[in-house]
Amino acid sequence: MDTANSTANKIKRFLIDNTITLCLVLLVVIIICIEPRFFSFNVLRDVLLQNSTKLIMACGMMFVLISGGVDLAAGRILGLAAVVTASLGQNFDYTRRFYPDMPDIPIIIPFLAALMVCTLFGLANGVIIAKFSIPPFIVTLGTQVIAWGVNLLYFDLPPNSSQPIGGVKGSITYMGSGLLFGKIPVIILIALVVTVVVWFILKKLRFGRNVYAVGGNAEAANVSGIKVSNTLIGVYAIAGLLYGLAGFLECARTGGATSAYGLNYEFDAIASCVVGGVSNTGGIGTVPGMIVGVMIFGIINYGLTFIGVNPYWQQIIKGVIIIAAVGFDIRKNLRRK
Amino acid sequence: MSSENGYILEMNNITKRFPGVLALDKVTLKVKPGTVHALMGENGAGKSTLMKCLFGIYVRDEGDVILDGQAVNFSGTLDAIQHGIAMIHQELHPEPHLTVMENVWLGRLPKKGLVVDYGKMFRDTKELLERLKLSMDPKALVKTLSVSQIQAIEIAKAVSFNAKVIIMDEPTSSLTEDEVEHLFEIIRDLRSKGVAVIYISHKMEEIKQISDQVSIMRDGQMIGTWESSELTTDMIISKMVGRDLSNRFPPKSNTPGEVYMKVEHFTSIHDRSFQDVSFELRKGEILGLGGLVGAQRTELMEAVFGLRRLKSGKLYINGQEKKITSSSDAMDNGMALLTEDRKGSGIFPILGVGENTYIAVYKRLAKFLGYINLKKCVQLAQESIKRLSIKTPSIKTPISSLSGGNQQKVLFARWLLTEPDILLLDEPTRGIDVGAKYEIYSIIADLAAQGKCIIMISSEMPELIGMADRIMVMCEGKKAGELEGDAINEEEIMRLATKFMV
Repeated sequence: MDTANSTANKIKRFLIDNTITLCLVLLVVIIICIEPRFFSFNVLRDVLLQNSTKLIMACGMMFVLISGGVDLAAGRILGLAAVVTASLGQNFDYTRRFYPDMPDIPIIIPFLAALMVCTLFGLANGVIIAKFSIPPFIVTLGTQVIAWGVNLLYFDLPPNSSQPIGGVKGSITYMGSGLLFGKIPVIILIALVVTVVVWFILKKLRFGRNVYAVGGNAEAANVSGIKVSNTLIGVYAIAGLLYGLAGFLECARTGGATSAYGLNYEFDAIASCVVGGVSNTGGIGTVPGMIVGVMIFGIINYGLTFIGVNPYWQQIIKGVIIIAAVGFDIRKNLRRK
Repeated sequence: MSSENGYILEMNNITKRFPGVLALDKVTLKVKPGTVHALMGENGAGKSTLMKCLFGIYVRDEGDVILDGQAVNFSGTLDAIQHGIAMIHQELHPEPHLTVMENVWLGRLPKKGLVVDYGKMFRDTKELLERLKLSMDPKALVKTLSVSQIQAIEIAKAVSFNAKVIIMDEPTSSLTEDEVEHLFEIIRDLRSKGVAVIYISHKMEEIKQISDQVSIMRDGQMIGTWESSELTTDMIISKMVGRDLSNRFPPKSNTPGEVYMKVEHFTSIHDRSFQDVSFELRKGEILGLGGLVGAQRTELMEAVFGLRRLKSGKLYINGQEKKITSSSDAMDNGMALLTEDRKGSGIFPILGVGENTYIAVYKRLAKFLGYINLKKCVQLAQESIKRLSIKTPSIKTPISSLSGGNQQKVLFARWLLTEPDILLLDEPTRGIDVGAKYEIYSIIADLAAQGKCIIMISSEMPELIGMADRIMVMCEGKKAGELEGDAINEEEIMRLATKFMV
């Protein structure tokens, strides 16, 4: 009797703890039932390819959310990185170069430039939030607009004058759309490596554990010898770095950039995280959960189009999922108290 | 106005139990109209609980409340207010960005059709303020007013509800002398209009000045009610504290050694906080830190731990001067701080018991790049759980699902893993049931026997007397004195704790 009961409880517990993952599986199964061709290596590859930059972006957002903050500047910082990459990474013989007189430079320069600009933005976010105690929502709302302004000014420099930047070098686009062994997209591998590194930082390093502590109870973290300010600054700087990488890859994937890149990407990242069980009030979140969150939206985008669902309906479905998932999570935690 | 037996309010045999604690034990309180009735007792004697039972914040388990001859049973504060009982809390929570008149009528703004009738509100407020002889502009923003004026608004609000009984919980704790005098004028005026005031305070002089009757509580029981004129300060104190202290504390085997930490002239950057406090702490000693709520003991301990800023003051550990400006500095110097506010600054509620235990030793355990060996951490947590006999289903259980006593033991475990020499314990047994208290006392006694230096803040006098080798008492941010050996007794502590009060 007792064992039966506890087995039933265990199953119940398992279902409650893994609802979102089960939803993802269910979604895939339903799509495959309607359209069996969905079950293929190519589909999986396409879905992962489309969502690689989103995954990296969500990794950055995850740090911020776990620390108890939010980052509204993420999308525009990514956009800036894409434009910086494109402007410095064009083919030497391309006709409409951003810097017509620039010598042929190695691609490490646009790469580092994009990462540096974004890390600086992240660092600025962190310092303002930590040292002046201004709410992250407000600070990043401000830097979002600033990052866009900087992007527009840069993008408008003559002779480019706000024209889309193209002609990006093959060595850069290889990272965005190239295949390893003729099969596996490089960008997916990059995203996977980033995800593993982020998992390692959050799970195994002191810094990562401190992020959870600060998000869980900043007061208690302060008393326990954790340098809360430094932790927050680190969080936003790492987030900036990851948006920079995502921006670089976004440029590499599309072979160019405009100042419109990255618009509203932060909302996708936040949605993926919270659906994946990352708490928007801080202290909770796992990398596997976040991956499931990203994949849910990826499958909805790709899969529902695949089976011919009106894309406008997809938006409504996404919205419902966001609210339902978070609502469920909150109820789950309430019951545990 | 009053019922036939002459009381406006009768609380008969009120009993209130919390899990593991009998908070009120058949308490009876009778208040006559047109009197000021002082309610006294130590922290934790049950005054607030009694008032909360009256006010509908807590549901009483037994007993009746009779207001104006009728048995009443309030469902909540609003219900109580509408029946003519008002409470002026120690901590005021006005709406700072609204005007005086809006604060008075909040929740029942006069309306003309759908819109708020500001004209009527202004006239009513003006009349009300005049009746209480308060010179305030009804249209002034509350954030521009002083604490005493805000308090006066609360009183005006109570009067506007035609309150028959007004409870004032330590109303003078943040007032200046002049403001106190003005408050007393208002109280005398209310009294002359037949209002009964239940006045909670620790300040003996005030009680003698303003009250007609005094009721004294101790350990959840009502000791009795007397006419103020019959009582002397000493009589009040001895009635508040008299009780026996047998077997509530573990035997102690520590022997204080040489001086290990010295604090000199600690003065806060805030004028109302601690001023010029000096003391010494010996190895293997438990130094009790006594005083009433608001004596700035917590603030002093947080300053020692580097969490609050000093205007001046020096700290010596083992003869060397130390500059401690952050908690990690303090931890580097072998200190640990168990905070008073377990929920607010102690536990990480959503993290597991394990992580709550080893979170403060990451610094010590971290290797290259800050890599932490989680296996080692888990092992440390499991050892701690065993050693302090913490009752938890697993180390992954969220700490918030543990009882208060077990949470506190986890926090002890957290700090013990940092291997501290000096432990600052701020109300270590607050909100813990009696059995768990004894376990905490045993842990403290053990630590002292191992030669650790311990400072223990406590508002419970028996606890101080039962545990401490020496007691330092603070009053209004200043050191009021130290007691040692035979000089330690409750009367003496109480005398020191109120030493600088007017």
